[in-house]
Amino acid sequence: MRYFTSEFLIERNKDRCINCGACARQCANEAHYIDPDTGEVKSDETKCVDCQRCVCLCPTNALAIVKNPNQTRENANWSQQAIREVEMQALTGGILLSGMGNPKPYPVYWDKILLNASQVTNPSIDPLREPMETKTYLGAKPTQLEFDENGNITTEMPPMVELDTPLMMSAMSFGSISLNAQKSLAMAAKECNTFFNTGEGGLHKELYPYADHAIVQVASGRFGVSKEYLNKGKIIEIKIGQGAKPGIGGHLPGEKVNGEVSRTRMIPEHSDAISPAPHHDIYSIEDLRQLIFSLKEVTRYKKPVAVKIAAVHNIAAIASGAVRAGADIIVIDGFRGGSGSTPTRLRDNVGIPIELALAAVDQRLRDESIRQNCSIVIAGSVRNSADVVKAIALGADACYIGTSALIALGCNMCRTCMTGKCNWGICTQNPELTKRLNPEEKYKKVVNLLHAWNHEIQEMMGGMGINAIESLRGNRLMLRGIGLSEKELEILGIKHAGE
Amino acid sequence: MKVIDAKETYFKTLNDMVFDALETENEVILANVSGQRYIGTGMDAGKSIIVQGTPGNDMACYMNGGKITVHGNGQDAVGNTMNGGEIVIYGHSGDTVGYGMRDGKIFIETNVGCRGGIHMKEFNEYKPKIVIGGRAGAYLGEYMAGGVIVLLGLNLKANREIVGHYCATGMHGGVIYIRGDVPMDRISNGIAVTEADEKDMETIGELVREYCQHFDVDYDSVMNSKFTRLAPTSARPYKNLYARNEAFSF
Repeated sequence: MRYFTSEFLIERNKDRCINCGACARQCANEAHYIDPDTGEVKSDETKCVDCQRCVCLCPTNALAIVKNPNQTRENANWSQQAIREVEMQALTGGILLSGMGNPKPYPVYWDKILLNASQVTNPSIDPLREPMETKTYLGAKPTQLEFDENGNITTEMPPMVELDTPLMMSAMSFGSISLNAQKSLAMAAKECNTFFNTGEGGLHKELYPYADHAIVQVASGRFGVSKEYLNKGKIIEIKIGQGAKPGIGGHLPGEKVNGEVSRTRMIPEHSDAISPAPHHDIYSIEDLRQLIFSLKEVTRYKKPVAVKIAAVHNIAAIASGAVRAGADIIVIDGFRGGSGSTPTRLRDNVGIPIELALAAVDQRLRDESIRQNCSIVIAGSVRNSADVVKAIALGADACYIGTSALIALGCNMCRTCMTGKCNWGICTQNPELTKRLNPEEKYKKVVNLLHAWNHEIQEMMGGMGINAIESLRGNRLMLRGIGLSEKELEILGIKHAGE
Repeated sequence: MKVIDAKETYFKTLNDMVFDALETENEVILANVSGQRYIGTGMDAGKSIIVQGTPGNDMACYMNGGKITVHGNGQDAVGNTMNGGEIVIYGHSGDTVGYGMRDGKIFIETNVGCRGGIHMKEFNEYKPKIVIGGRAGAYLGEYMAGGVIVLLGLNLKANREIVGHYCATGMHGGVIYIRGDVPMDRISNGIAVTEADEKDMETIGELVREYCQHFDVDYDSVMNSKFTRLAPTSARPYKNLYARNEAFSF
């Protein structure tokens, strides 16, 4: 017997439907099927996840996915989802798994921060006619410069990398997403002179041509990590935590570990790829330093090493420790950050918003006079260019985009990445599905997105009378809070609107 | 062959010297080593380092090939994420020996600390091997995903167990051979504990022979014992742990 009803209804307009069966061929969840007796296309809405693939591909626009009006009695405390989750666990005894980032209505501080613009006293700048610099350098900066008698710099520079835009693609491993999806991001990174991130899945040989635009990740499972891999990338990122699931590791289920994934991760086919919760060689800041320097040793001190940590309660102290441990880049991933598969309870309840974490970390590093020893990169729900401008004014050097980049590849945010049945060919290893995503075509959409955001960043900077992103960095005077408490303003280090 | 005196030398300076020396030499002897980290990091096949003294943590991390011989004790994370080659330690070794090791061999004359062979993995022709002459601390073979660990328990003091608690926790690949019987309260759930069969004894015999050659131990007296075999019952230990929220078909 069924204990709860389907979340969606599939409405098929019979006047329009021509029984072509495209929906049935497109749906990996098998929500559409062709009735073997009548040859008619029918639906089983209990299998629908509202990914919109059938709706988008229906040649006669005959389909709509709507919310099922059949509901249990309304209850402000017990939402439909809350009841459904209890039932699911009663049936399975399982830990609930979810995809994408935290969907709960927590405050989004980006939307409570307003930007400044020049009026009269300081002229605004038109980026269409005047130079506007968005070039960004990531890595530790020297505290002082020394010159010889000819004016040449004699200070030994720490390794730094150059980005044309303060935007990079978040860590998404081959395994969690398809090779075609990863390749699209890699191609876009190359064209826009920025970076994609391998995640903890190794670097597939097909991506070697894009290795100069790769951030190679080292996480607790050490999958695919070798001397060759570490030297291929431009930046090495140690993943300590992920915003969607701080404090735990990851399990890539055996069914996603096909031949290609197994070769790239260097593990047997169909075995679970288990990333333990901690790195078992890191139990302290001193141990973190040990790993950072082992990576510097094996790459002969030529590459910046980033440390990615999830935004948690005492983030400022942790970030300070990581910088002192030798991290050249600190990556902070906020609690709304995405994930291919995460225990629901962790995704929805653990960690803190990136806006507060960023402000706290930047301030702490300034207070301790070590801000120049690292760059700060943030992640965890950067939805548009205004979020980026606000992040940079709060102190970030650059932003990672994950979900936004996937939306550019076709993701409709149905939040069922963990099933491995992504109909858009992104979060799946099924060859029938992955071939739907053509990198040659889709990478251009990511390029468009990055270009559009970069233009908008220039427009907003120009409006403030700022012509280089360096002058925006940490410039909190350009920000004002709206509807925020004294405490929130204090943590963000900004004034209230009107002040 | 080149001899480098490591006395009072900072680790980075020492490793730069070793790196430069190995550009032209195939063998480097490091004298008076005293805690310098990362010796032999990423070393390639055909090269050899002989360490006299006590190397620091992360010796031979990301090592690709070649051989490191230690006349002294190893510290923590010997062979961390090692990809190939051979390490021989004439003494004991600290925690997390062979962490995430993918190929190559490590021979340790006496004991190892906690989490030996943690998350070792194998892939196609890659198959890492660790032979421990004495006893091992807690969590031996934790999260082990491939490869072979042989634990011999030679010269155990009275009342000392051969292996610590939580042995093979989360193991989902590879095999651990322990000489003699193992107290069952030391072994984690989900592990098949059997007596090593003939085929197992061949694998063990080959590794023990190498161990005995390195440390001048009588082969027959080591092999004159039964061995216990620990192997996972599933390559997917957490398969049934989860329920898919928001995509639950019923």
